Amino acid sequence: MLELVGVSKRYGSLRALCETNLTFGAEMVYVVVGTSGCGKSTLLKVALGLARPDSGTITFDGIGINDTNVLSYRQKIGYVIQDGGLFPHLTARDNVTLVARQLKWKSDRIAERVQVLSQLVQLPDEALDRFPAQLSGGQQQRIGIMRALMLDPDVLMLDEPLGALDPLIRHDLQVDLKRIIQQLGKTVIMVTHDVHEAAFFADEVILMRDGQVLQQGTMEQLLSAPVDPFVTRFIRAQRSVLPQEAS
Amino acid sequence: MIRWILFIIGMLFLAFVPLSWQRSKVKVGSKKFTESVILGEMLRILCDDAGVSAQHSWEIGGTKLVFEALRNGDIDVYPEYTGTIAQEILGNSTVDFAAMQTALQELGIQMSQPLGFNNTYALGMTRQHADALQIKTVSDLLRHPQLRFGFSNEFVDREDGWKNLQSHYELPHQEVTGLDHDLAYKQLELGAIDVIDVYTTDAKINSYDLAVLKDDLNYFPRYDAVLLYRDDLPDRSPQAVRSLLRLQGAISESEMIDANSRAETEADVSEPRVAADWLEARFGIVTEVKRETLLARLLQRTIEHLDLVRRSFLPAILLAVPLGIAAAKLPRLGQVILASVGIIQTIPALALLVLFMPVVAAFGLVGVGLGSSTAVAALLLYSLLPIVRNTHAGLVGISSHHREAALALGLPPTFRLLHIELPLASRSVLAGIKTAAVINVGFATLGALIGAGGYGQPILKGIRLNDLSLILQGAIPAAILALAVQAAFELAERWFVPKGLRLSQT
Repeated sequence: MLELVGVSKRYGSLRALCETNLTFGAEMVYVVVGTSGCGKSTLLKVALGLARPDSGTITFDGIGINDTNVLSYRQKIGYVIQDGGLFPHLTARDNVTLVARQLKWKSDRIAERVQVLSQLVQLPDEALDRFPAQLSGGQQQRIGIMRALMLDPDVLMLDEPLGALDPLIRHDLQVDLKRIIQQLGKTVIMVTHDVHEAAFFADEVILMRDGQVLQQGTMEQLLSAPVDPFVTRFIRAQRSVLPQEAS
Repeated sequence: MIRWILFIIGMLFLAFVPLSWQRSKVKVGSKKFTESVILGEMLRILCDDAGVSAQHSWEIGGTKLVFEALRNGDIDVYPEYTGTIAQEILGNSTVDFAAMQTALQELGIQMSQPLGFNNTYALGMTRQHADALQIKTVSDLLRHPQLRFGFSNEFVDREDGWKNLQSHYELPHQEVTGLDHDLAYKQLELGAIDVIDVYTTDAKINSYDLAVLKDDLNYFPRYDAVLLYRDDLPDRSPQAVRSLLRLQGAISESEMIDANSRAETEADVSEPRVAADWLEARFGIVTEVKRETLLARLLQRTIEHLDLVRRSFLPAILLAVPLGIAAAKLPRLGQVILASVGIIQTIPALALLVLFMPVVAAFGLVGVGLGSSTAVAALLLYSLLPIVRNTHAGLVGISSHHREAALALGLPPTFRLLHIELPLASRSVLAGIKTAAVINVGFATLGALIGAGGYGQPILKGIRLNDLSLILQGAIPAAILALAVQAAFELAERWFVPKGLRLSQT
């Protein structure tokens, strides 16, 4: 449903993304991994239409994305960033409903949707009326997920969604997020540098290095048939930290 | 959204609603010294007496400003001196009366016959000392080359001052000191110097009991007081002109000295009182002079000051915030905007005022005196920098996370600006507005430079009369007002800065 063809992006002299071809299918969970600076965040930004690619095309359900339809395209995609990216001047509820209000949804439709979402992310009602500064990191991230899902997008993109959380909260949220994703049945593209997280969530792993996709496949395929010794090294390097855990 | 539109309309209304709709038929002006103010008051009362409503803009400024105001039609009439007209206005030294009248007529200005007194430079000594040495004229000084002269710096430098005086009379005196005019009287009294320069209608001639030496070789040019008025005034209000011209040949030098010295030295006697008393004695015109208490004066000045502030500051906000937004959104234009508002800040107040006078006149607005748009325009420009800069900084400083989140949500640019970026920048914008407000309240004292009133007026007058209490009457309220404005903006934070932002600050 989402297709990148020959997409590349450079920032000045830095080649953040080499010509890349990727196809994302419906209801699949993709996890993009790689060392920092490998281009995984750039890939996400380009796919979301936040950064305009230097070359190549992005097609969504057969329609090419250009300057005129990029705003409505972004609204078909839910986006969650590391620390939630909540606007501090708005209450949690206002953060969640911002786009819907901009689109002039009726207020009972908005309320209904918020109800559904808060049950989905398991957030108590009173938390919705607090400001981001009054919420814990985990709660903020749940609000961030609600905001991303407000318009019921077809694709959910998450950029290091759990990166800023402490280990206990992180663990809880991982479990919850997996449940949410399974319940939703949407196409999910998640960026992380954590191999465990990738293994935990991914239907398919996309391993990147130096702005290029090195290998794409299931975690098992990456382990059993690495295309490059780097693939094994990358996965092993993190495995060795916590050798027992197999999620 | 509606709240903001109403708010902006309210601000515009507050900025532009006139304080009074009443327009006087004749507008009198005066220059920045006691004598001119007294004469101006006389003119106002004479118009009233002829049944013509008149207002008097006090202490508009120096010759250039007041004459420009006359030509622009900000005022209709003011008192001037022939010597000044020849030297400063017409730029030649013809003191031929008829020639001056013709030259002024070409500028659309009429000149009355002299009012009677001549306020020129003269030399003065203490009466006691002059009598002892039997000095009555300037020529008599030739016999006493040991006398020590102390002249005001201006007199030492002027063409019609000491340089040519010395050669004209061939005075042999060696010891000539330049000093501050106000200090000269004290030095003379103490005997540190023997001869000083004075104005012939100087109030201090009486108070220090000075002998004015006769200019027997006719060195000093004549500074006969006359009235200058616009040549459309006789058509608009013949009875007012008839009444004003009653002053021709009516005031003697000694009467003017008396009037000046009453206004300057007697406690509780102000220029209007002196003018009214003289007109009553001379023409039997009885006028009621409002006795102004300190509180009433303070209130009046506060109103004038706040008038300048509201008319300049509120439009400044409405102009500066969009400029700051433009500067943040269009970086190249932003450089130009930031540089321009920065440069404006370095232009001296008086220069800015003079620069704006023709512009304001071209728009048919009041240039000088009360309600001056010139002062308002200058203040408006001075208020831009902090607001523009802080708005720019606030918007540019929004974290990339929030910027990215807003983009990713697919919000259109205007919505992003109004609902995300401006609220996030609000603390910085408000801080800029607060700084600008304090600067504006302080700078509004510059209004006094062109007679726009406010707290600057007592400050300038106090400096002129060397009267500390007068200076404080302006400086203290100005400081208090600045603090009050600052406090008001602290409160305004509750309204302008979203609650969520105030939380994250603590």
